[in-house]
Parts: sequence; structure tokens; C-alpha cells
Amino acid sequence: MSNHETQAGRMIGVDVGGTFTDIFVLDEMTGTATVAKVPTTRPDQSAGFLEGIGRQVSALSTVSVVVHGTTAGTNALLERKGARIGLITTEGLRDVLEMRRRDRPATWGLRGDFKPVVPRNLRLEVPERTLADGTIRTPVDLQAVRDAARKLVAEGCLAVAVTFANSYANPENERAAAAAVREIWPNPHVSASHEILPEIREFERFSTTALNAYLQPEVSGYLDRLESALEGGGFDGEFLIVQSNGGVMTVENACRLPVRTALSGPAAGVIAAAYIAQTAGFPDVITGDMGGTSFDVSLIANGESMLTPETSVDFGMVVRLPMIEITTIGAGGGSIAWVDKGGMLMIGPESAGSDPGPVAYGMGNTRPTVTDANVVLGRIDPDNPIGGKLERLDVDAAARAIDEHVGRPLGLSTLQAAAAILKVANSRMAGAIRLVSIERGFDPKRFAFMPFGGGGALHSGALLDEVGLGRAIVPRYPGVTSAMGCVIADMRQDFVQTINAFVADLDEAALAGFMQRHMEDGHEMLDAAHTRFLSRGTTFELDMSYVGQTHTVAVPLDVSVENGKVVPPTRAEVADAFDKAYRAAYGRVLPNGVRRVMNLRSAVTGRRPKFDLSTLAPETTGTVEGARKATRKVYFGDNWHETAIYNRLDLPVGAAIHGPAILEQPDTTVLIDPGLTGTVDRFGNTIITRQGA
Amino acid sequence: MKKSADIDPITLAVLSGRMEQIADEMDATLFRAAFNPIIAEAHDASHGLYHAQSGNTLVQGKSGLPIFVGVMSFAVKAVIDKAAELGELNDGDIFIFNDAHIGGTHLSDMRLVRPYFYEGELFCFLASVGHWHDLGGAVPGNYNPSATDAFQEAFILPPVRLARAGEVNTDIIDILMRNTRLPQSAEGDLNGQLGALDLGVRRMDELLGEYGAGTVSAALEALGDRAETLMRAELSALPDGRWEAVDYLDNDGVSDSALPIKVALEISGDTMVLDFEGTAPRCAGPVNIAFPTAVATAYVAIKHIFPNLPANAGVMRPIDVRIPEGSLLAADFPAPVGGYTETILRMIDVIFSAASGVAPDRIVANAYGTINALSIAGRRSNGKPWVMFSFYGGGHGGSPEGDGLSHGNAPISTATIPPMEILEAAYPVLFRQWALRPGSAGAGKNRGGMGAIYEIEILEENGAEVFLFGERGRFAPKGVTGGGEAALNVFTYEQDDGWHTPPLTSKMHGIRLRQGQVVRLETPGGGGYGRAGERAAEAVAQDVAFGLLSAEEADTQYGSAWRGPRG
Repeated sequence: MSNHETQAGRMIGVDVGGTFTDIFVLDEMTGTATVAKVPTTRPDQSAGFLEGIGRQVSALSTVSVVVHGTTAGTNALLERKGARIGLITTEGLRDVLEMRRRDRPATWGLRGDFKPVVPRNLRLEVPERTLADGTIRTPVDLQAVRDAARKLVAEGCLAVAVTFANSYANPENERAAAAAVREIWPNPHVSASHEILPEIREFERFSTTALNAYLQPEVSGYLDRLESALEGGGFDGEFLIVQSNGGVMTVENACRLPVRTALSGPAAGVIAAAYIAQTAGFPDVITGDMGGTSFDVSLIANGESMLTPETSVDFGMVVRLPMIEITTIGAGGGSIAWVDKGGMLMIGPESAGSDPGPVAYGMGNTRPTVTDANVVLGRIDPDNPIGGKLERLDVDAAARAIDEHVGRPLGLSTLQAAAAILKVANSRMAGAIRLVSIERGFDPKRFAFMPFGGGGALHSGALLDEVGLGRAIVPRYPGVTSAMGCVIADMRQDFVQTINAFVADLDEAALAGFMQRHMEDGHEMLDAAHTRFLSRGTTFELDMSYVGQTHTVAVPLDVSVENGKVVPPTRAEVADAFDKAYRAAYGRVLPNGVRRVMNLRSAVTGRRPKFDLSTLAPETTGTVEGARKATRKVYFGDNWHETAIYNRLDLPVGAAIHGPAILEQPDTTVLIDPGLTGTVDRFGNTIITRQGA
Repeated sequence: MKKSADIDPITLAVLSGRMEQIADEMDATLFRAAFNPIIAEAHDASHGLYHAQSGNTLVQGKSGLPIFVGVMSFAVKAVIDKAAELGELNDGDIFIFNDAHIGGTHLSDMRLVRPYFYEGELFCFLASVGHWHDLGGAVPGNYNPSATDAFQEAFILPPVRLARAGEVNTDIIDILMRNTRLPQSAEGDLNGQLGALDLGVRRMDELLGEYGAGTVSAALEALGDRAETLMRAELSALPDGRWEAVDYLDNDGVSDSALPIKVALEISGDTMVLDFEGTAPRCAGPVNIAFPTAVATAYVAIKHIFPNLPANAGVMRPIDVRIPEGSLLAADFPAPVGGYTETILRMIDVIFSAASGVAPDRIVANAYGTINALSIAGRRSNGKPWVMFSFYGGGHGGSPEGDGLSHGNAPISTATIPPMEILEAAYPVLFRQWALRPGSAGAGKNRGGMGAIYEIEILEENGAEVFLFGERGRFAPKGVTGGGEAALNVFTYEQDDGWHTPPLTSKMHGIRLRQGQVVRLETPGGGGYGRAGERAAEAVAQDVAFGLLSAEEADTQYGSAWRGPRG
């Protein structure tokens, strides 16, 4: 094996999206970066993946690291294309997965049912029971476990989940059962709930475990195919996968814990955004990824992205693992504009997506979309559509659709109607930004807005205005942010263990024991990876509340490690840390409240080397005049403005472009509204600010 | 207020989103801050903006409890009347009360109403309602299945000023805190509600500062008009006629006789009448409801039938809800109303049944139809008391699109159930079963969702005492358009001489259990949609294969076609 510790080669980030596979190649020797976009191949994404890399790199042996942000898991969950799997569980609990937490898909209407990923005939019960305090009331009947496993194999199950009551408190029964299943199971796809998530709450733990099993055959097969193909091409570097928490893991771990990739792709984008913004001097940033059907918003405060402890991939499909928090609303470029029976202009939730797409694509849709409004108002160049899939856009058809479906019903001209569509779409996007900022106590004035994806940069000016954000920062390559994030992401492992004890009764040594184990397991995973780390770090956090409260607050603990051993935090330290966190969240503490520790959460991070973003900066020879390619009439406010069009990538560092102006690049259009100025910073980002600000 | 014609449709669309967001943010603020899980987890609370003169709902948060959407306008109207009586209403006044006969629902719901002034003028009201954990009365938690008047249910507070011109009257807080078994929880909830109102004021100031009071009030008027227009358009599309339905409550918890709930639904042009003539008179026990609750319930049913309509009072303008005087749907003070959930669930059921005659493609069959408030209480060996209180789920009705949802929450609520492991960690109980209940769904082209079985064993050596407030023990949830009935609610408990059922089927208090003894709650599924004969044979066969239906039940309900060509 070659020595990766010293070898500088190419680092490649690959993000497979719904339409395009993005490749980001960083040559560590020369410090140069190149990007490529190829069509995503379906159903097997590995073909597009390999072709994309092949276009950039002739010899895979020169590549030291490939990092992949994948939607294979996300798609398998959303499209319900996981494997046929079985479940072995405690007597009396076979239906937990199907019963959920007694919720419903929508508040109003009482429609819709739910089919869990394991059908009822493949959910088998065995005699066993552990109590909430960890006492084993009924030892597990291993013969029954083996019989159940054999039955599931005979039924054609490709993976199995073992989920026992209260296994977070004492995993002994579940561990014995999982071992017995593994002895006879024909493949490695056995998921046990205490291994995936040793945390109280049976539905969330069972669901996360079952979804892991559901993904295992599919995702590990896909990753195996990729890895063999890479190796077949001469690659002998490290192959890493981005997790939903924004950290990377080894491909081996991804095959074992595929549920951790549920939001892999979008997470990589947020990681890149955080790094780009921080490097450019903006540690507080709100990202907005505008796709065909949705607008995804995420908040980064002080360089750190927000994590959420739990996500529903779809109704009843709960994954309880730390994930980068991404808020989605149904307002994308393909969202359809319409007027309801009460005379109000609505955007979405219906969407034309990218197929058939907006009316202007001429692929069969006749109802106007947000993109059509941008086309009619001259903001998108009809002769050079981004993405390169189409020859030109049909402006007249877009105008007719806007007229028919919005203009006439509201008594507006075509242009007024198109402007109205953008106004309402912008206000919905602004609402999503308010939700993640103002509603969480963050002042938007402090934040920069970073659009990525193809369409976001058309709307940044309007969003600055609506929400009162300080400025916008458009990264140099907004279309490949996720692929770039793959190259940047650190390696990270999260752990959880339910403690459930009053602070007064807390077993400090036992708590330190869990911390020690988490830390050691985390470092072992870092050691097993052949990639280079600049530094390593471990953080510990407790979920705590007062007795009687159900919402916990996250309490960061300062824990010292001496000679590789965790120094147990004292009860007093835990109590103080809680008071501090509680006061920060609610403004006061309760003098008579009884403090309780619910869970320990640990994270072990290996910081990977960062590349110098200035390598992406434009060459020094360009001039503003040289970048200027044309003018075009663009509609702002209530008038057409003759607007300068620039080749964005040709603009030199320091160039300041006053609005109205449009900066174009192959996969993105940046709009600079009247009254705003776009300045190229030394990394090639465009910083958009109010004139005179 | 300005006329709605004064506002352009684009500003309207933008303001509509902004104001909904304010109400949503008030909801979220209380959910985070509340101490008591009924608010924090089950979201039994609501916030909104209400009309300055009429009290009508202008905007309501999306995440609160559905029943409050209609009922809160009565609470605000009560405050408007009180202020008129006092002869003053100041910026910074906050009214507080739980009187259910004035404000609807039950005494557990504490309502805070605050006039919102902009530039010295009353602009609208902001209100916050939340279900407090305990407010005195005979039974902890205030679900007293055999109360015969409101005084036995809880402490009663009429609309009084908690704050006057910004000055908080701490006397009121002292009175409240002395009348609850859980003052710490109550204080936390009260602070959370005050915080939500403060936030609403700040957000309204920002919005009005940005758009001007005239534009915002024009937008509010326009949103009401728009809701009315939408509702009238929906009604016009339906045929004229009159459809009736009747269903029954098992009993009132005091004496064992069935209580009819009856509705006649009449559509004529773009208007609708919902007439509850023929419903049982006021009864002795706590299944009465107050008039505001009845009107609000009609609104909940309408919103479920037309889910895309906005949440404001304009929707109800074309609808005349007639509640007969003297009936249990308009019970006067001090009739007990603690079990209001059961009665309004039955109102929704009969509205759905009647509406299935006119708009079968809009209607789902009856859901499980009971809240099943089950409370298990006792003392630990160290003397400390414990109370495990929760509501339990059942099946939703079959719909035109497919089978009903198994183990859903009640149509009047969006509450989730606590995890079994949290309950087992907090209380000395063990769930022997937490499972779907086979055979509990109503048959149909699209069958109902499955109800559930919860079997709970007492682990505490001192034993425990059990209380249940439920319904549907004698009258099963119905199907629509030819669909079959679901199974009945069945509650059984173990004693030294074997298993028992309560004489009033689903209402009982003070059942003593010893360590190791068990209670079992088997909840109804949902009714079926469409005739059973139209159900696909493969779907029936799958239910049998999944153990959701026995082969015999399948034959009885669906015939033998599911067995395939060989029979």
C-alpha cells in the first residue's frame, strides 16, 4: 500500500444530484482546481460518477482521495426502493414501526395512510424482555431468534433489524440475539438497535435501525461497485462518504451505517458554504439552495452549521441521528404560479420540476413557473440557457402562460404578472429565511446570504431587501458547491447513550466510562482511515431538562482528558453547565427544579487539510471591460432597464459592478438589482451589498 | 377598518404569509417554553389574531390544536364584552380566564387575551390558549368522568385582568397558584403564554411599521372575504338538498342511557345549514359542551372536508350552525363539560356521515371517535405519588383514495403519544402489548385504519388505581358510502377473580389493581369507505397474510374471492 500520509495527489469530490453529477478536482501539487458536470445516470449512478472522474483525470493512480456526497440513500428512502427486509423484536411490539408516535400526515383532511418499510408478516416477535432500569425480566429465547432469522431468510429478506424494548438501558438480550442472527445470516446486513442508536424512545430507535437495514443491501452494493471500479482503474487512495452530519466516514462504515447518508448531498453543500463564507470573512451565513421544486435553507452561525437531532425523510420515516439542519419549502424554479378561487396569487406546491420543466423549456408544460417569470422579465438569457440541455428558451410561450393563468385573472399586464410571481415567490423564500433566523433569535442583519444551485443568485437582491440581510455572497462556482464540500468536510463520528438519571444520583464514573468508550471508538475509526488529519477533537454534550419537562436542552460539557483518560465531570460541574445552558435558552433557571440527565452525546472529529480557496480566484490579467459581453433589456420595478451583461468568470479581483447588471457563467446567472453593487473578492466570490452601505 | 378592495393581490399574498408566520411563531414560543407535556409535546395550545370589534378569527397558527381555531373567537368576544362592561380597554391590558361556558372547550384550557394597540388605536386582539396540567377540582388532571357540575371539575376563573395598562396584578397569579396541584408547571405555562403574547406584539409592531396599519387591516379584511368566496365556491359546486345523520354517545358517565347526536345538513346555492335539532338534552354527566365549543366543532369538520380553505372566520360566513337550546351541545353554567372531546368527536362523525350523501369524494369514514383518557396512579414504596396520564390512539376512516391510517390521532387534535420507553422509565408499569388490533377496522372498498391494543401491567408493589374516560363502547365508528363499521372500544381489567369490564363500558374511576395485574385497552379502528364487495381480492388476501384479519372474518366481510380461483 502506498503511503498516503505523505503523498500529495489529487483530491476529488463527487456530488450526484437528481440531474447532474458534479466533479470537483483539487490538485494538491499545483493548488489548482477544476470542475465538471456530467448527466446523472439512472438507475445506476456509478456510470456517471466514473465518467465524470474520467473526464478530469487520466490516471486514477494519481488520485489520493475520493469523497462522495451521495443521494443513493435519500432516493431509496423517498422512492421506497430499499431492500426486502425483516425485523425481529420483543413480544408484543411487532407493530411499533407501523404505529409511529400516533401522528398523521397532515393536520387537515384525515387522508393518507402509512406503509412501514417492513411488512407485518416479516416482523417477528421473540420471547424476551428488559425493564426500563436495565433489569432483564425475561432472558432472550435464542432458539426462537434463530427460528425467526431462518424464516426471514427463507422469505427472501436481504437484511434484518433486531430491535428490543429498553435495549438502550441494557443491550444484553439484544446483543445475544444479534450475535445469534449473525451466525446464520447469509450476508453482513444485520442491524441491531443498540449499535445504531442506544437512545431511549422505541419508535425513533426502531425506525432508524429498520431504515438502516432497508438501505444496507442497496447502498453497500452501490458503494462496492464504485470502489471496485475505482480500484480497477488503478485507484489506491482513500474512498470517503459524506454523512448527513456534514462529516465524512470511511466507505466501510458507510456500508455498515448507510442511514447516516440520508442527507449526504445537501450536507456537503452546507459544509462548503460555511468554509467559503468564513474564508471570505463572513462566519455568519444563511445558505439558500434553489432547485427545481424546492428552496433549501440552512443557517451557519460563527462558522458552525446547525445540527438537528432528528429528521423525517417522509411521513413516518424517522431518522434520529444528528444531521445538518435544512429547512425546505416548496418554492423552486419549477414551482407553478396560479390564482385560487378567492383571487389570491399562489406559488406551488405543484411543480413542473426539471421535466417537463418551465413553459419556456417547450417540453409540454403550459402552466407558468417562477423560472418563466425570470425569462419574461429578461433576467435569464433565452439564447443561452444554463445547463446546456436546451438550444433556446421560448419567451413567447412563457409570456402567454403567465398572461392566461395569472395576468388575466388578476387584471395585470404580462410584465406586472411576471413581477408579481417573483414578488410572491421571494416573499415565500424570505419566510423560510426568517424561520431559521429571526424565529431562532438570530438577527438577520448579522448574516450574509449565500445562494447556491442554479437559480438562487437571481433572487439574492430581493431577499436582502425582504429579510434585511447584511449582504449576499455568491461563491465562484455555486453550481458545484456540494462537490467542493466533499473535499472540505472533516471526518466525524457521533455517538449517543441514554443515561436517564437525576443529577443528584448521577454515577459520575459510569458517565465517564461511556465518554471514554465513545472517544476510543471514535479515534479507532479515525485511525482506521488512511487519510491525513491536521488535528483531532472530541466534544461531549448532555441532553438535560428539569424533571417533568419533555424538551431537553443541549448542555456542552468541558471535559479534560489526561493521558488518554477522561476525567469524570462532577455532579456540581454538570449542574452548573445545565444552569448556564438553560439560562441561555430561557432567560432564567428554576430554583426548585430537579435537574435530570437524559442522554450523553459525543462527537469525535478529525480535521482534514483545507485547500486554499484563493486557488479558485480569477487570473490577474482580466479587465471589467473585457468581461463585458453585451447589454440586454431587463425589467426591474415597473420599467425596462438597459442592463450590462458580464462573463462572470472573466471579471478580475476587485471589480465592482453596479446594478442593474447580470453576471453570467455556464451554470448560474447572478442578478445585481438596481441600487446594489457586486464586488469580486480575492477568492472570486461576488459580494453583493447595497450601494453606499 | 379599510375595505378589502383597497389592497392589491400581491401585497395580500405577501401579508398573508407574514401574518401566518407571526401566529406560528407564537405557537412555537409556547411549545418550547411550556413545562407541561400536554402543551410541549401534544401541542394542546393555540395562538392567533382576532378582530378588534367582533372577535372573529383573522389569522391562526398552523401548529396549534384544530378545535381552538374556531373556539378562540368566543374567548376574545367574551373579553370585548367584559371591557365594555368595565368601560375601559388599555394598551397593556391582559385578560385571563378558563371559564368553559364563556370561552368553550373545558376548564383545563387557560386563555389569555391581549388587545393590540398601534399608534394609540386598538388594531386587533392577540390571544393564547393552553391546556394546563391541573386546576384543582375533584380529580388530578381534571378528567373527572362522574362530575355532575363544573365545580367538581376544576377551579373556575371568569375573564379578569391579569395586567392593567402593563401593570401585572400579582393577586391573580397568587389565586391561580393556590388552586392548582402543580404550581410549578402552571407558572411555567403562564410565563410561556405571556412570552408568546409579547412576541406577537413585537412582530405586529414590525409588520405595521413596515406596511402601515391601513394596508394590514385591509389585508385582514380581504383574507376574510377571500375565505368566504372560496367557501361559497365550494358549496355552489355541490348539489342542493338535505342530508341527515344520527349517532350516539354510550352514556354520560352517570346513568347508563345512550345520547343521540343528530344533524341535518342542508345545502342551498352557496350556503349551508348544519342543524343539530334532535340531539339529546343537557345531561347529568360531563359529556355536555358549551355553545362556543359546538360552533367551533362545526368549523373543524368543515376544515377537514375542505382542507385547503384558510383558517379564518370568513369560511363560516356562508354556514349557519344551529344548536338547539337546552341540548347537551349548549349546556348552561354550571353543567359539567370536562369530557367535551367525546361529544365533539361524535359531532364530527355525524357531519361526515351526513356530508357523505352530498360529497362522497370529499369525505372520509368515521375515525375511532374517542380520546380514551387513561390515568393510572398510585404511591411508590417511598411514599411518593405518581400519575401516568395519556390519551390513546385508534384508526382513521377509509377515504376515497385508500385505506385509513392505522393508529392515528384524533381529528380534533394533532397530539402525538409519548414513547412507551419514556412511560416505562417514568412510571412503575410495563407494556405487555403496544400493538395494532387485528379485526378492528371497518370493512370497505377502502377499509379503515387499525385500532390499537395497549396492555399495561402494574409493577409497583403497592398496586395502583385506574381512571378511564372513553366512548364508543356501545356504538361503533361508522363507514360511509356503504363501508362497514369498525370494532367497539373495549376496556378490560384484571382482578383476583378474573377479567372485568366497567358497567359503563369506557368510563370508570377508582379501579384498584395489585402488582402484576393488567389493564387492557382495545381501541376502535376507522370505518370503511365504499362497499366491501368492491375491495380488491389481493388487498383482502394481504390483510389476512399480515394477520390484520382472520380468514373467517375475511370470508364474512368480503366473501371468499380473496382465497383465489381455487377457493
